[in-house]
Amino acid sequence: MPSLPDMATPDAAARAQEQAAGQTARPEDTAPEMRAALFEGLLRLGDNTLILGHRVSEWCGHAPVLEEDIALANTALDMIGQTQLWLGLAGEVEGQGRSADDLAYLRDVWDMRNLLLVERPNGDFGATLMRQFLFDAWHLPMLKALMRSSDQRIADIAEKASKEVSYHLERSTDLVVRLGDGTRESHARMQAALDDIWPYTGEMFIGDGHDAHLAEAGIMPTPESLRTEWDAYVDAVLREATLKRPEGDFAHKGGRQGTHTEHLGFILAEMQWLQRAYPGAKW
Amino acid sequence: MSTATRPSIDEVWDWLAQIPDPEIPVISLVDLGIIRDVQWQGDTLIVTVTPTYSGCPATSVINFEIERELRERGIESLELKRQLSPAWTTDWISAEGREKLRGYGIAPPVDGTAADGALQGRIDRLAGRSRLVVECPRCGSENTERVSQFGSTPCKASYRCKDCLEPFDYFKCI
Repeated sequence: MPSLPDMATPDAAARAQEQAAGQTARPEDTAPEMRAALFEGLLRLGDNTLILGHRVSEWCGHAPVLEEDIALANTALDMIGQTQLWLGLAGEVEGQGRSADDLAYLRDVWDMRNLLLVERPNGDFGATLMRQFLFDAWHLPMLKALMRSSDQRIADIAEKASKEVSYHLERSTDLVVRLGDGTRESHARMQAALDDIWPYTGEMFIGDGHDAHLAEAGIMPTPESLRTEWDAYVDAVLREATLKRPEGDFAHKGGRQGTHTEHLGFILAEMQWLQRAYPGAKW
Repeated sequence: MSTATRPSIDEVWDWLAQIPDPEIPVISLVDLGIIRDVQWQGDTLIVTVTPTYSGCPATSVINFEIERELRERGIESLELKRQLSPAWTTDWISAEGREKLRGYGIAPPVDGTAADGALQGRIDRLAGRSRLVVECPRCGSENTERVSQFGSTPCKASYRCKDCLEPFDYFKCI
């Protein structure tokens, strides 16, 4: 059987050629620093869903009940699909002929731009759901803002992804409430998970020079601008779940610039070994 | 293929309407509403396809099936175009497709109940005030409950009928 056509990855090689021929004006063609900022911004989006998608997929076959196993696998699948779109566009913007797969499988730890939050170990089922909830509550407003991006390619991907993420947020919210406001045991575990993950949430709202560049061009929102909505939603859900919002706003950070915790290397080792050991392998 | 002998657009749509969805073979790709456009550009046939879910593994199989079917019909120059926006919605599933789903044991989507991320909708669902009533595809009862928001594929949720006690899939609204 011939290999399946892959329409999810834009034709990065053709795009690079087109660029060399001097056709079309896109944001990345306007200035070198804009290309760099856009590439970084897209890696940040794609690496978040790549790493969290991989983390969640680790549950496959291990969840407490079959329905939750299937739900986790489907959530992971959505995120991996979104990764293909974001990293595909990142490769196109970079203009070096790298595909979504090249970016996912052939970059090392220091080149990854995901939030530290998404590389946190799964912990128990409750901790996985708590991490998902805190991420989803940021992810959806982020995508809603990206739907208004001045770059149509980004707005299109955000439109597609926001439909899927609406379901993710609905599900993680529901489970955080049910487990938080559940038994004494489930409540204690959810509060412990929240306390443990909390210092990793602040990074979602700390911008840098690339973010400022992109916001100025109307391409992506500043991270800071998403804080109010996240706070209001998370507070409302935690109240419903009878969980206590941790005090303090200390934030571990660096993931978005390539400084990661020790956990990411292990994820990449498992995720990338096949392409590293058998370069270009296909099925 | 010269302009004189190339098949008409209607004919191509008829062919596409015969390609089953790889995961729910009872409905066709046209019933599913994922074929957005068919047109000739010179001697090249351009078929525009939109994915259902961005990570759905059926997407590449679907493209493969479209290409195989059209090549078998004698189309030599073919281009498949991906369109992300407007994003696919279950509203595009044809009336016929919905009946076929029901007959197959899958409750068709209830339009207008997508989780669109709007705050009010989330609050309503949180408070159990969702207006979503899914009819059992087997006995027609409205006395059903959701078991999980996800099912055997990303596009489905798992339900249970509290009258006939059968579990069933619901093609969730997106």
